[in-house]
Amino acid sequence: MKKQLSVLLVLVLLFSFGACATDNTGASGNSTPESSPTGSTTSESTAAADDAVAAIKAKGKIVMVTNAEFEPFEYKENDEIVGIDAEIAQKIAEKLGVELEITDIAFDSCVPSVQGGKADFAAAGMSITEDRMKNVDFTDNYFNASQMIIVGIDSDIKSREDLNGKVVGVQQGTTGDVYCTDEKKENDIEVAEVKRYGKGMDAVSDLIGGRVDAVVIDNFPADKLVEKNADKIVKLDEALTEEEYAIAVAKGSNLKDLINEVLRELDESGEMADILSKYISE
Amino acid sequence: MQQFFEELGTRLYDDFIYQERYMYIVKGLGNTVLITVFALLIGVILGVLIAVVRAVHAGDKSKLKLLNGICGLYLTVIRGTPMIVQLMIMYFAILKSADSLVVAVIAFGINSGAYVAEVIRSGIQSVDRGQTEAGRSLGLTQRQTMVRIVMPQAFRNVAPAIFNEFISLLKETSVAGYVGIQDLTKGGDIIRSITYDAFPPLLVVGAIYLVIVIGLTRILAVLERRFAKSDLR
Repeated sequence: MKKQLSVLLVLVLLFSFGACATDNTGASGNSTPESSPTGSTTSESTAAADDAVAAIKAKGKIVMVTNAEFEPFEYKENDEIVGIDAEIAQKIAEKLGVELEITDIAFDSCVPSVQGGKADFAAAGMSITEDRMKNVDFTDNYFNASQMIIVGIDSDIKSREDLNGKVVGVQQGTTGDVYCTDEKKENDIEVAEVKRYGKGMDAVSDLIGGRVDAVVIDNFPADKLVEKNADKIVKLDEALTEEEYAIAVAKGSNLKDLINEVLRELDESGEMADILSKYISE
Repeated sequence: MQQFFEELGTRLYDDFIYQERYMYIVKGLGNTVLITVFALLIGVILGVLIAVVRAVHAGDKSKLKLLNGICGLYLTVIRGTPMIVQLMIMYFAILKSADSLVVAVIAFGINSGAYVAEVIRSGIQSVDRGQTEAGRSLGLTQRQTMVRIVMPQAFRNVAPAIFNEFISLLKETSVAGYVGIQDLTKGGDIIRSITYDAFPPLLVVGAIYLVIVIGLTRILAVLERRFAKSDLR
């Protein structure tokens, strides 16, 4: 009896710790039951984000968080993280006159990282979605992308409809994941099972092994993955979605305006086009 | 205070009830139990085979030298490397095309076998030598003695330890999510990915493991008492 009581007390304690940690995960009282949850950060972190730019300048460095397994936007080469997002981040750091530090973590941990203040911004080929907007602010869009389907070379899946009843692999937390999981049941197709991996490469590896029938992932990473395994897999032409990539910052952070300025300057000077063509050779 | 509970209520609703998200945890639990049970089965079978080889060799160094060497190698490697590394090797390198659950059962089974083998070997060796001698002197062959006299007694000695291995294995399977297998832990993680809310799903997952382990420990205590009783003749 005593042991049961103490176990129960421990659980209650743990739970109340969890519930109290609102500044990390954020719980908004005004989210309606129909929509998906969790809203903005508490006023505590908003105050901190109030002059994020000044804080960064004082620190002398800016922290970017990303998932460096997403060629050509961010990937590892010779122990360094390179790619389109890495270059844009470098420009942002230069504009602020600080050093850039890139942290490489799981993709679905990027938003919580920014939300919790562990990083100043997230540049991870991240698409703007309503759910994400509840937790972070997005800059202007700097790239248009779409979700594509990769299948085995002799697969009988030729179009979107063929995905019905198939096993699809995705990277956990990406819009590919959201599309295939289709919680709001908006799609006209229904996959049999969604297998979620930590990185796109693992999903493709299972595609080649035959454990999944198709992989849904962003356009340009898809190209790179197919390039490396051109004899075994192929990318279908049909795009599943149209999305916009943007950089995520903490809610209310004035870093957003500064990044928008940088993006604008890169666009006008033609540097953005240079960066893109450096990594996307088409 | 009122608002706190309201918020908590909304979060709990969103994390579990909305769109039946609790199903990720339910399905994950099913997979975890499946993997654990079958892996334990394989582990025990493997463990018994290896333990017998090792015990026989220990009894008479001239017998089963090669087999014993192979077993020794297997034990050293499996016990010397992390489970997650073994799982990754099995999943990405060795069984590239097999169904994920099958790969998990095999990987965890092989890993479990190494630990169970040692437990069973000590159980076999703890059976009084007198039993073996009596069996042989009654005219039973080595094999008959082993199977009919030694093993049943050894098993009674090690049953609690194997149960412990079952409990260990249940918690070990939580790394299966790393290779995309949807077990209980991964189920909670998926909800976290969707809702950006970490505590409720993960706490619930932790609580489920806890409840199962406490339940199993209770059964273990009952088992141990039962076995001890038969010792008092």
